[in-house]
Amino acid sequence: MVCEAWKAKLDTYFDGEVPEEEMRTFDAHVRSCPSCSADALTRVQMKHAIQAAGRRYTPSVEFRKRMQQKIASKPRHSLGLGWTLAAAAAVILVVGTLTSAYLGTRSGRNQVFSEIADLHVGTLASSSPVDVISTDRHTVKPWFQGKIPFAFNLPELQNSEFTLLGGRMTYLEQTPGAHLIYDVRKHHISVFVFQERTLPARLDKDPVSPKQLTFNMETWSHGGLRYFVIGDASAADIDTLAKLFKAAS
Amino acid sequence: MPHFERLYNFACWLTHDRREAEDLVQETYAKALKGFPSFRPGTNFRAWIYKILRNAFLTSRTGLKVTATVSLDLEDEEESLPTDKETPESILLQHSDSQLVQQTLEQLPVAYREILLLCEVEEMSYQEISTTLIIPMGTVMSRLSRARKALRGGLQQQFAKRMN
Repeated sequence: MVCEAWKAKLDTYFDGEVPEEEMRTFDAHVRSCPSCSADALTRVQMKHAIQAAGRRYTPSVEFRKRMQQKIASKPRHSLGLGWTLAAAAAVILVVGTLTSAYLGTRSGRNQVFSEIADLHVGTLASSSPVDVISTDRHTVKPWFQGKIPFAFNLPELQNSEFTLLGGRMTYLEQTPGAHLIYDVRKHHISVFVFQERTLPARLDKDPVSPKQLTFNMETWSHGGLRYFVIGDASAADIDTLAKLFKAAS
Repeated sequence: MPHFERLYNFACWLTHDRREAEDLVQETYAKALKGFPSFRPGTNFRAWIYKILRNAFLTSRTGLKVTATVSLDLEDEEESLPTDKETPESILLQHSDSQLVQQTLEQLPVAYREILLLCEVEEMSYQEISTTLIIPMGTVMSRLSRARKALRGGLQQQFAKRMN
């Protein structure tokens, strides 16, 4: 393919909308073509400039409170003020990190990890973080039946420091999944379970850098399901919970 | 409140008015909560809630005014935008600041502004944008291309003004 044809596709390429095989060919071409690489750099700069400029407005604290009160007044389950405060603190802590994380070049992998962090924070910020409230895995697991197109096992938590708080349905990459929330020494940890085939294939090729998201995070695949464990708890706690899940599945 | 901050940012860009944006976000969540049973599991929640916000905007006073004065169907218009070959964008972007890009974005027609924000800031896929804006994928691509060209043209003009 001649350079002009590549250049016409540059934006589509950086939007991540070019087929995988074509992207590899394109990568190889850009590395060897000064003209295309200069153009590519320009497009990336433009993307970053728009991203930086586009994240301009932040809701005021008053407006956030007003909205939370309005939503909390809906007749739904509530876990109380503690959750809201913890969630607000978590939001303040991570918003800056998430914003800077989004400034990087878009890739399917980063997008998924950012989305997972978003789901975690967004849920904790909610006045009703879980739809099924129970510490009993035999109550929580059946709740998902008929709601998501797969089944999964929850670990036995006796003799561990973890407490199951409940679960809810969630969505990632246009597919439904399970979101479970655990507590360990006042830290909240989210466990997400999705069907592997619906997610980008590149997740395993480059391990997650915990610093990238501020949160500690682990992800793995087993039996066609993709698991994510994420939270502000220590890396050791995240790892322990991940191991409990691996042992149960 | 999922996507709260991002919805608010998007609403501000659409309305150019913080108070109006707050009303829009409030209306969006109210409609989303009320209409949640109509949300089909397995479809994209983010696209769904952005679509609610955008529809609320289009039926608001500001939205009606904007769509009455600016055609949303820009795909068939003749190419009349500045070309982007004369000035190297890299130099332009290195010298420009965020404020310059913000000003240029603000001046774009709402159809260009919203699609650029959904793609670059919200990092939506073409499919998600298609669902949110209720337009075919081909239109997403052509509108996005024109929006980028318009932004580059606008930046070049701003940059030229600064140089003079």
